[in-house]
Amino acid sequence: MRNLNFGYGISRPRAVDLDTNDLRKGLDIIAEMPELQACIGCGSCTASCTAGNITDFNFRKLHTAVRRGEYKGVYEALGKCMLCGKCRLVCPRGINTRAVVMLIKRKLGDF
Amino acid sequence: MSRRASWQEYQKDIAADKYYYARSCIRQNFFPGSEKAFLDILSNDLGIDIYDDPLHTSCTGIGYHSDVVPLETIMTVVARQFSLMAEAGYENFISSCITSFGIYNEVLATWEEFPETEERTRKYLKEATGRELVKPRSIAHTSDIMFHHRHAIARKAKRRLVNVMTGEPLKVVEHIGCHYAKIFPKSGIGGSEFPYVLAGMIEAWGGDVVDYPERRHCCGFGFRNYLVQANRGSSIANSHKKLESMAPYRPDFIVANCPGCTMFLDKWQYAIAEMDGTTYGANGKGIPVLTYEEMAGLVLGYDPWELGMQFHQVDVEPLLDKLGVQYDPQAKYLGAGGKYIGKPAPVAVNCESERRLYEIRR
Repeated sequence: MRNLNFGYGISRPRAVDLDTNDLRKGLDIIAEMPELQACIGCGSCTASCTAGNITDFNFRKLHTAVRRGEYKGVYEALGKCMLCGKCRLVCPRGINTRAVVMLIKRKLGDF
Repeated sequence: MSRRASWQEYQKDIAADKYYYARSCIRQNFFPGSEKAFLDILSNDLGIDIYDDPLHTSCTGIGYHSDVVPLETIMTVVARQFSLMAEAGYENFISSCITSFGIYNEVLATWEEFPETEERTRKYLKEATGRELVKPRSIAHTSDIMFHHRHAIARKAKRRLVNVMTGEPLKVVEHIGCHYAKIFPKSGIGGSEFPYVLAGMIEAWGGDVVDYPERRHCCGFGFRNYLVQANRGSSIANSHKKLESMAPYRPDFIVANCPGCTMFLDKWQYAIAEMDGTTYGANGKGIPVLTYEEMAGLVLGYDPWELGMQFHQVDVEPLLDKLGVQYDPQAKYLGAGGKYIGKPAPVAVNCESERRLYEIRR
């Protein structure tokens, strides 16, 4: 291996591999807050998000990633949430999204 | 539809003799020995009439798939190849390249569906070259021809695809080029789902075919994936996916029927080894990648250096040892007339000892 500069690398696949991902944290979160399973992925939380309006913060993407066992960078990204609770007001499934943010942060704190 | 019924549907008639041979641009540059081996095997070993025409040109398929050659141009080029075949007195057109094979099928299908394009092409051909278009009676890829004669080759075989040290059949990964049957499934033996063209050869010559999860995945060449440097990460990722998937089955070698696939499955192993130190074969080396002509040539007892196997990025010597092939290591880099053709620098994919060093460092 000679550190040659090829001008490109091996693109990593973007497919979610549920067979090899570690789903334990995601399942823990679902067990503590089963209402999260009612999410229909409509994106109202992200659309109404003040933080998402000025940064690339995307709550729907983050909690979906966590449920699929993809935790990298999620804890840091959730630091952008201001806990204003607007997402909870607009959620058509009545999910306590603010509590979901806090729960994910608590669970992933050691990641 | 059951698998058996589907299999019946995807059989094709392959002419037994009198072929007009169309060469491949990539293979003449990267595997020049393979095309010569094909001509030698058919004419010398099997006594078949095959015509290698110096007048034919590239099919311009690479330019066509890269959007630099217009449809009318490629149709006229293809029409010229067909008229050259008729002038030489042949009716069975065989193409050495999978891309060309796809192009010839695509052009014929377009003429069938849109007869006005055929009329236009006839006019352009007449104006440009003064020739008349004559369509071929049959079109086949050269791997179809080798498949058709596989039992005749097996009868003349000097050795089988068996490990002489253990007596076990060699484990062979077969890779079919996408343009063989994924564009027109009925143009290939077994269609796009169960292509049997290479598996048939391997089974007839004593090897074991490896069935692995990503068996039908593309090698990643894809023209645009590779031709633009910024996209090559996508190209190499496809080969990477295939190699990762096949490695646990410990294949002895890979055989492909497409020029691009043979080149990329071979050369990307070098790039992956240099980029992240991963190799997929035994003893920290790469997996040799062969063309089907080289496989047939080895079975028939041809000299590996005459088959051009020194042009491979991954060294083939471990495979030759398994097959019990007698070869002269000193003659590897000697070209025609014993002239030294130059030796490549040592690379990670071929270096067992260096590889171990990396492992210690990591």
